Amino acid sequence: MKVRIRDIVEALGALVLVAGEMERGEVSGGYCGDLLSDCIANAEEGSVWVTVQSHPNVVAVASLVGIPCIVITNNQEVQEQTLEKAREQGITILKTPLSSFEAVSALSRLGISGKKRHV
Amino acid sequence: MPEEHPLIEMEREIAGGDFQRAGDVSSELKNILQRAGFPPAFNRRVVIASYEAEMNVVIHAYRGVFRARVYSDRVHVEIDDQGPGIPDLELAFQEGYSTAPPHIREMGFGAGYGLSNMKKCSDVLVIDTRVQEGTKVVMDFFLSPSNS
Repeated sequence: MKVRIRDIVEALGALVLVAGEMERGEVSGGYCGDLLSDCIANAEEGSVWVTVQSHPNVVAVASLVGIPCIVITNNQEVQEQTLEKAREQGITILKTPLSSFEAVSALSRLGISGKKRHV
Repeated sequence: MPEEHPLIEMEREIAGGDFQRAGDVSSELKNILQRAGFPPAFNRRVVIASYEAEMNVVIHAYRGVFRARVYSDRVHVEIDDQGPGIPDLELAFQEGYSTAPPHIREMGFGAGYGLSNMKKCSDVLVIDTRVQEGTKVVMDFFLSPSNS
């Protein structure tokens, strides 16, 4: 099931820090985690990624995996370099006051299911 | 067997400690592989292993050189760094074992999955390391119909 990124913004009460391809963008699954090696190995392409990490390398990982939308939880401060990188790559960055657990619950209610890549 | 000429060659410097640009080299290789028309699952393997090797240089070494050679049916990657080397390679391969300092771990790096991700994703992995000199990582990825 595909869910529009626009609908994610609403469901999370999120602030859009970088719009990226938000207007047309959709996700087909979700992944949650704060270890970059874990995300790069296990997240599936086309997923929304929920994390508390907000430094620029998060965008590098998202780009390598093919993640169109990153949700940064707990209202973590996001570095300007992260936003710059995301703009270059066309990746949507959302920030929400929700915790990662709360955000995943809300995404699940939208119909997004967890996806894990099989190595 | 005569050495086959690669379709594409790439050589880039990696700066130790430069977290802003970390991942750029792997990203460039991903674009090259996509344009060359390799299957996404194959590209993913190469990219995961390359990213981990690139990050190891950024996290642990002073500087490194990343070289990739792309052939019609395989990809060869070498990452040669000047750095601390790996004193106990067997230990370093254990999932969860890491020598990364706390501030690096807080950023979500140094979880101890780097070498095991590299091993899982590559078909051949050779590591030549000398303490207080550096580490050379050589990886080969073979494209085959059964094993994309």
